[in-house]
Amino acid sequence: MGPGTFYVKLTKLLRTSTFQLALVYMTLFATSVFILLGFIYWATAGYMARQTDETIEAEIQGLAEQYQRQGLEGLISVIQERTAKNMDGSSVYLFTSQDGQYLAGNLLAWPEAEINEGWINFHLDERVAKPRSGDLHLVRGRVFRTEGGMRLLVGRDVHNLMEVQELVSRALTWGMGVTVALAFAGGLFMSRSTLRRIESINQTSREIMKGDLSRRIPTRGSGDDFDQLAENLNAMLEQIEVLMEGVRHVSNNIAHDLRTPLTRLRNRLENMQSHTHDPVQAQESISQALLEADRILQTFNALLRISRIESGGFQRPNQKVSLKELVADAVELYEALAQDKEQTFEADLHSDVEILGDRDLLFQALANLLDNAIKYTPERGHIKVWLERGAKARLVVSDSGVGVPSAERDKVFERFYRVDKDRSTLGNGLGLSLVKAVVELHRGRIWLEDNDPGLRVVLELPYA
Amino acid sequence: MRILVVEDDHEVAEYLKNGLEESGYKVDCAANGHDGLYMATGENYDLLIVDRMLPGLDGLALIKALRAAGRQVPVLVLSALGEVDDRVQGLRAGSDDYLTKPFSFSELLARIEALLRRGSIGSDVVTELKVADLEMDLLSRTVHRAGQEIDLQPREFRLLEYFMRHAGQVLTRTMLLEKVWDYHFDPQTNVIDVHVSRLRAKIDKNFDKPLIHTVRGAGYILREAD
Repeated sequence: MGPGTFYVKLTKLLRTSTFQLALVYMTLFATSVFILLGFIYWATAGYMARQTDETIEAEIQGLAEQYQRQGLEGLISVIQERTAKNMDGSSVYLFTSQDGQYLAGNLLAWPEAEINEGWINFHLDERVAKPRSGDLHLVRGRVFRTEGGMRLLVGRDVHNLMEVQELVSRALTWGMGVTVALAFAGGLFMSRSTLRRIESINQTSREIMKGDLSRRIPTRGSGDDFDQLAENLNAMLEQIEVLMEGVRHVSNNIAHDLRTPLTRLRNRLENMQSHTHDPVQAQESISQALLEADRILQTFNALLRISRIESGGFQRPNQKVSLKELVADAVELYEALAQDKEQTFEADLHSDVEILGDRDLLFQALANLLDNAIKYTPERGHIKVWLERGAKARLVVSDSGVGVPSAERDKVFERFYRVDKDRSTLGNGLGLSLVKAVVELHRGRIWLEDNDPGLRVVLELPYA
Repeated sequence: MRILVVEDDHEVAEYLKNGLEESGYKVDCAANGHDGLYMATGENYDLLIVDRMLPGLDGLALIKALRAAGRQVPVLVLSALGEVDDRVQGLRAGSDDYLTKPFSFSELLARIEALLRRGSIGSDVVTELKVADLEMDLLSRTVHRAGQEIDLQPREFRLLEYFMRHAGQVLTRTMLLEKVWDYHFDPQTNVIDVHVSRLRAKIDKNFDKPLIHTVRGAGYILREAD
């Protein structure tokens, strides 16, 4: 990894919303820490400074009172007394006459000439003080001016205070720096881990876009929100794959199923071409060709019809339909077919069931079921239709035919699916797909059961 | 008999015009809804064939406008949509029959004939139908052929009644399903054939001259054999 890619990676990292969020959080956090540390400083070092100022103030006030009570002599002696007691030099005094003549105190001269009154800060250098330990301590003091124009300076060596203040402020500055650095590093770390997980999603999506639909986004198994996102996306991919598979399956089947009749159609036309001299033969070929064309159209119509029903091209059916009447009509229509195959055809319709639906579509569905039952039941077999009232209305068609192996019972509803793989047998493989579409349009369910022997198709529909 | 075809697809219009003229009709064509409405109200046609999707004025709107103008001419709607709710909409708008594209020409001809015939019969109450030596009494609901009573199931009776009311006309399987069973659906097998052959067995089997004939590629016809 060269510096270039590192730079690219870093900019990418800095652009992530997580990092930006971390940055905002860091700013907020730093401000809070800043305020907190400011308070700590005010409460410690600030308190000490204020304390010093207060003592100086009080002392000046005391000395001023001395002066008023005992006059100049008294003040000088008090100052001398205090200077003598103050062995470590932590207190600083200077009392001068109107013309700046030294009167008392442990300072030699004024640190600055023009001070008349108020607070001053100055260093103890050899000009103002007797050299002590060599270092130039800082002094904070206050100057008081008497009515006569004499000036009194009372101060404190604030060297220790300064040290403490500096210590505290250094600690606080470092603390601040460390906080910001940690927040920044934390932000980077967090965004990196987020970025890595998002990148794994991106990577997977890119692979999927390239055509590998079987790819899935890896999960950590921690069940966190990223895992949940990944699981949802994976579930979506699963569904897309199933749908894609379905589309592929259907278009393959369309191609297969239409090739046969189209080939036959072509053969007829070819046959016609070579028999132009024989009108009877040509007529026969034309009829056959038309029949083939009709069959192809029928398949297309059925396909379109299914997809229209499935895609909601129909209004939700809302006629009141009596299932008993519907079944009776369908049975009456198809009984004749069954009788031709000497099958027993029994309808048990003692209870009537009303549902909301589209009677033509429901009849179509029922017709497809009865047609299948008759088609796949051998001669002298048994077919039975009945209605049941339960939580929902049930319509059952059973036969004694070959049945459907349990592994294929869900697949038979797919378009063009055939249990009997020989495509030359009757039907277009769309009958049950249409039934399922109609049943689902009516908010119902359909499934297959074993009739032992034979097949049982159960339709469950909500009541009106 | 004059027929107006309102169809925007030139090829389909031409196909209809040629086919219908070969069958002996006089045919005019309109390529959009406005022209169609103008021609239909301005002249006396015996039948209108109207495409559902038309530029300008949509087919159903045309029929509504025509009916609002008091024209009772029979209308057959052609549609590529061809689903049940479309059919219901079409019939509700005032059309008399509905045919889905693609259709076979024989189906169209049969329906046209039925519509034209209906116009001429009027609304007279008929109590007896008779074709050759086949007689049907609609009141006692009995059928006789050559004086011999024929026992029919209720549905067979209705089937024969429809045949006799449209004697001499080609009736397609879809027409029989729609009119006799009153369901609009697509039977996967020709279940209708079974019913017609049963009816045939009852009314034709023991007699010299069959009355119900198969019309290849189209359907059935009930008529006296020549």
